[in-house]
Amino acid sequence: MTSLLGRSSAAPHPGPGVTSGTADRATARSAVRRGPSRSGGGRLRTALEVLFFVGPALALFVLFVVWPVVRAVQFSFYRWKGFGPLDDFVGLRNYVSVLQNEVFVGAFVHNMVIVGLSIAVQLPLGLGIALLLNRSMRGQGLLRTVIFVPYVLSEVIAGVVWFQLLQPQYGVVDGILGAVGVEGPEQGWLGTPDIALYTVFGVLTWKYLGLAVLLFLAGLQGVPHELVEAAQMDGASWWQVQRRITVPLLGPTVRTWAFLSMIGSIQLFDMVWILTGGGPANATTTMATFLINEGTKRYNYGIATAASVILFGVALVFALLYQYFVLRRDVADADADARRGVR
Amino acid sequence: MRRRSVTPVLALGVALSVLAACGTGGSETSGNDTPASSSGAATSITWWHNSNTDPGKAYYDEVAKKFEAANPGVTVQVTAMQHEDMLTKLDAAFQSGDAPDVYMERGGGELADHVEAGLVKDLSAPAQDVVSKLGGSVAGWQVDGKTYALPFSVGVVGFWYNKALFTKAGVDKPPATVEELIATADTLRAAGIEPISVGAGDKWPAAHYWYYLALRQCPQQVLQDAVKSLDFSDPCFVAAGTELEKIVKAKPFNKGFLSTPAQTGPTSASGLLATGKVAMEMQGHWEPGVMQGLTEDKKGLGENLGWFPFPAVSTGKGDPASALGGGDAWAVGKNAPDVAVDFVKYLLSDEVQTGFAERDMGLPTNPAASGSVKDPALAGLLKVRDQAPFVQLYFDTAFGQAVGGAMNDEIALLFAGKAGPQDIVEKTQAAADDAK
Repeated sequence: MTSLLGRSSAAPHPGPGVTSGTADRATARSAVRRGPSRSGGGRLRTALEVLFFVGPALALFVLFVVWPVVRAVQFSFYRWKGFGPLDDFVGLRNYVSVLQNEVFVGAFVHNMVIVGLSIAVQLPLGLGIALLLNRSMRGQGLLRTVIFVPYVLSEVIAGVVWFQLLQPQYGVVDGILGAVGVEGPEQGWLGTPDIALYTVFGVLTWKYLGLAVLLFLAGLQGVPHELVEAAQMDGASWWQVQRRITVPLLGPTVRTWAFLSMIGSIQLFDMVWILTGGGPANATTTMATFLINEGTKRYNYGIATAASVILFGVALVFALLYQYFVLRRDVADADADARRGVR
Repeated sequence: MRRRSVTPVLALGVALSVLAACGTGGSETSGNDTPASSSGAATSITWWHNSNTDPGKAYYDEVAKKFEAANPGVTVQVTAMQHEDMLTKLDAAFQSGDAPDVYMERGGGELADHVEAGLVKDLSAPAQDVVSKLGGSVAGWQVDGKTYALPFSVGVVGFWYNKALFTKAGVDKPPATVEELIATADTLRAAGIEPISVGAGDKWPAAHYWYYLALRQCPQQVLQDAVKSLDFSDPCFVAAGTELEKIVKAKPFNKGFLSTPAQTGPTSASGLLATGKVAMEMQGHWEPGVMQGLTEDKKGLGENLGWFPFPAVSTGKGDPASALGGGDAWAVGKNAPDVAVDFVKYLLSDEVQTGFAERDMGLPTNPAASGSVKDPALAGLLKVRDQAPFVQLYFDTAFGQAVGGAMNDEIALLFAGKAGPQDIVEKTQAAADDAK
């Protein structure tokens, strides 16, 4: 099977128009000429096999991913209310209107703030907790579980719970603060435009810190124990071991986590939608809440799809840049290892 | 949160309407006016409604059965859905062009869009008798003089208040002017009671304040022209915002109102009123039902619930008795069989409307059913509605969501202190010009 797959890349891609008759003949022929030679029939057979196994998945992918994406791009050039004929072509006007919309620009800024804060806050926090939890101690398993539980909760459920906790006046958070004589913000944590975004970020950190810790812990298992022991024998302190050996060797894991975190922050939707719906006074809108609002609430599907294409573009550019400048190192290392025959 | 079957309809800031001139029409005998279909062939019609809880659900099933019995060969496929689910499914149905035969329309700009897209059947001729019976109520469902849906429930918005809390604070009568409203709020606040809850997190409940103030500031003709021309240049629209700013600056609203939802959960605007945490809230006719759903004993405020109309504005040019409101209507899909029209006519008949009223499912539009409403709060509202010289459909519904949504957003910004009276008019006008 390995060799079949290995050859498949060299096989010409049969068009979708391959008839079953051709397929039958090809199969018959290749059955006759079975042998070590890489005849044209063999390649065709391989191609058909690949097509057979990949086809259903590919068909679903095209139907539910590619086709909607193509349609979205098409809608973005029209003014369309979600029903009726698609006949009001406006060219790039939807894009201009989205990019000039101060709410969308604000949403983009909010996404960037979340991207930056996630890395600036969750990375050191997650790394610190992972390093602490990596030491053998009593209750280690329990602590790891506790840290990871919020991540397992559905985002919507977590959002509803926090929404209730953060209620002004009657919420648990304000209640606890009130008990120690501190008064929460007058409009509440989610109702004050200046702090709502940071409140949302706080909840996101609570929710996603577990994932960072879990990934880092997994990465830590890959740090060779001999290195740590050797360093300790050379007189390195615990702190020096972490700084000079563990953290650098954790690099690939951290870079992968940062990538996931960044893409997640750019596409942020659920938590914001539940906690604030983008309010108050548009203080927590994200690109995704903007497009949902324009589409399903206001029936400006042209504007909404234009915003979604822009969101897609932003995420793609970020992903490619990150891949090129950051992740390439890890990939290059792996390639070099492979060439040197490292197992 | 369960709301009473009828009410959910309006939940989103819904429906429509306009003149409710159905005063005291001669009461017809509510006998057998079930239409008999002449066609003997088997026909099936689909009917979507949002009365998914009893008694509404059972009643509508019964209505469908009766219609089938009177029309041999006709099957009515009833689908009762939760309100928001219904809206989502309707959107999807319209997109695919496969709409149900009989469904709910909220009127205004939304209906106009559906009509423009060729999704709705013109009922002017086939239901002429019903249209004339309903009178002014149908105005919100007319496009270019043609009637596309028949309203079965139309209500008005006003202040619901807690009589016990008013008494406790020493307020002996509801405020009649905006100045009195602010003074009442101050009195309540001084007595340690939060005066007004508003679900500004959902935007539309906040927007209703501006709508009502525009209704008080602007002459009827200006409003009716604006709905058609989408021209907001009359200074009365800015004056509405100025008046609203005055109210917001007096801080009569509940703590955290910017993120308070309208009616989901005990800390929503309706929940705060239902649990006695605030003294009043401005909401539509569905409010008693919503509050019943939000309290453990399913009674809401019970006997302590009172209602007063939106206060007058001293400088206003509008009629202080005019009201803001909306409702729901039955519409027929473009490709529906003719018997679907008969079914809608049956739904608006004296018989069905009376049953609808008796079960407190809403405020009936058929004058013959007016006397059958049992709930005292609803019966009182019905009187207000029928006496109003003019009922303005919620602006966001009237203008359509593209314009209405922009308007609501800007009004919510004013509540947050981030926009002024002029901004509301400018942004609304910009969205309107864009939509033209």
